[in-house]
Amino acid sequence: MLKNRIIPCLDVKNGRVVKGINFVDLKDAGDPVEQAKIYSDGGADEICFLDITASNENRDTIYDVVEKTSKKCFVPLTVGGGVRSIDDINKLLNCGADKVSINTAAVQNSKVVEDSSRKFGSQCIVVAIDAKRKDDGWEIFTHGGRNPTGINALEFASKMEKSGAGELLVTSMDKDGTQSGYDIELMQKISSMVNIPVIASGGVGTLDHLVDGIKSGASAVLAASIFHYGTYSVNEAKEYLASKDIPVRI
Amino acid sequence: MDVTILDYKSGNISSVINSFKEVAKDKVNIEVTSDLNKIKSSDKVVLPGQGSFKSCIDGLNSITGMIDTLSEFALNNKKPLLGICVGLQMFADVGYEEVETKGLGWISGKVSKIDNKDGKYKLPHIGWNQINIVKDSKIFKGIENNSHMYFVHSYEFIPNDKSVTAATTDYASKIVCAVEKENIFGTQFHPEKSDKTGLKVIDNFINL
Repeated sequence: MLKNRIIPCLDVKNGRVVKGINFVDLKDAGDPVEQAKIYSDGGADEICFLDITASNENRDTIYDVVEKTSKKCFVPLTVGGGVRSIDDINKLLNCGADKVSINTAAVQNSKVVEDSSRKFGSQCIVVAIDAKRKDDGWEIFTHGGRNPTGINALEFASKMEKSGAGELLVTSMDKDGTQSGYDIELMQKISSMVNIPVIASGGVGTLDHLVDGIKSGASAVLAASIFHYGTYSVNEAKEYLASKDIPVRI
Repeated sequence: MDVTILDYKSGNISSVINSFKEVAKDKVNIEVTSDLNKIKSSDKVVLPGQGSFKSCIDGLNSITGMIDTLSEFALNNKKPLLGICVGLQMFADVGYEEVETKGLGWISGKVSKIDNKDGKYKLPHIGWNQINIVKDSKIFKGIENNSHMYFVHSYEFIPNDKSVTAATTDYASKIVCAVEKENIFGTQFHPEKSDKTGLKVIDNFINL
């Protein structure tokens, strides 16, 4: 039976972790490679790096991080943040990323998704959707949630599936950072509408939130803070999900 | 010993390279090449594959003499060859991804889209699934039945002769996820991304 995935996410800036595991005994708490290794040894089903480096001159730091991580972690590695072109995707994959998540570029030009999924295979193209409630629906935002687009999230999700995305990483901007749980309605709506896997993101504060995320129809749940602040380990989360009869890999 | 990972510009093979190098350490030489002479003199070959069936076959065909060299290696000289993901699928006679495409024909059968039961099952089949070992395959030495492996695919290999099946996995139906036919091995899952159990499969292949 296919298991539901738990994916810890590390925010990386200028090659350093800014939101990761906050362990006191880490030699170098800011080293993404070391943190990714702790996660993969601790049962993470995949690892996600979100590069939030703002300045262009430091963008290359992520390539070095991905290259080092892929030599130590043998679970799938997804990298997102600032991916603009086929060239960026190619470079990340060559450094050892298994999947690349695309946000702003996919909104601006869906051809990037079409071309990259044809070139590299749908399996490595994840489209990241940042959605915020508006009126009766959800609107998507780009540039790390800064720019509104006026585009309906459900319509966009469907379009991305047709364009060749292998998975959708759906983040609720209303919930992100609140630790009050995923936007369940959003996850339900999108996962019942598309036939590709959905990864739920934004808002996890407790283990029950992970349970709710999977029950909403998502194939995988992504979380940063609950693992970052050491509230729970990935394994504890998995044990809890298993106790609620949710199939996970233990 | 030399193990060659075939580089035929079809998808991303860095993870395959990294995992084989991790397992091989300094004991085994890992070559990444499309050089026919190097393949001929190699002891083992790994055939990775990402993207579509057609793009992978096209990739092999784009290198003059590649398919003949591989056939000689695997069928005539009977040296060990491991196909991963689409690498395994290409063993079939025919694939139906994008358009009907002729495969290598090493293991009789076809590659078809997984039946998603009217949308009940999401495709691609992505994530960790358990394998049901049905044959005592050399690459599963020391691996427990029902171990988890990492999968990413929408198409499945359906062999005509079921006796080549080494393992299956359950997703919508029983999917063949590993084959062994004499010296030819294949996994639909990604051993290079399946953590310690996956590395063990790689270790078993290297130590054949």
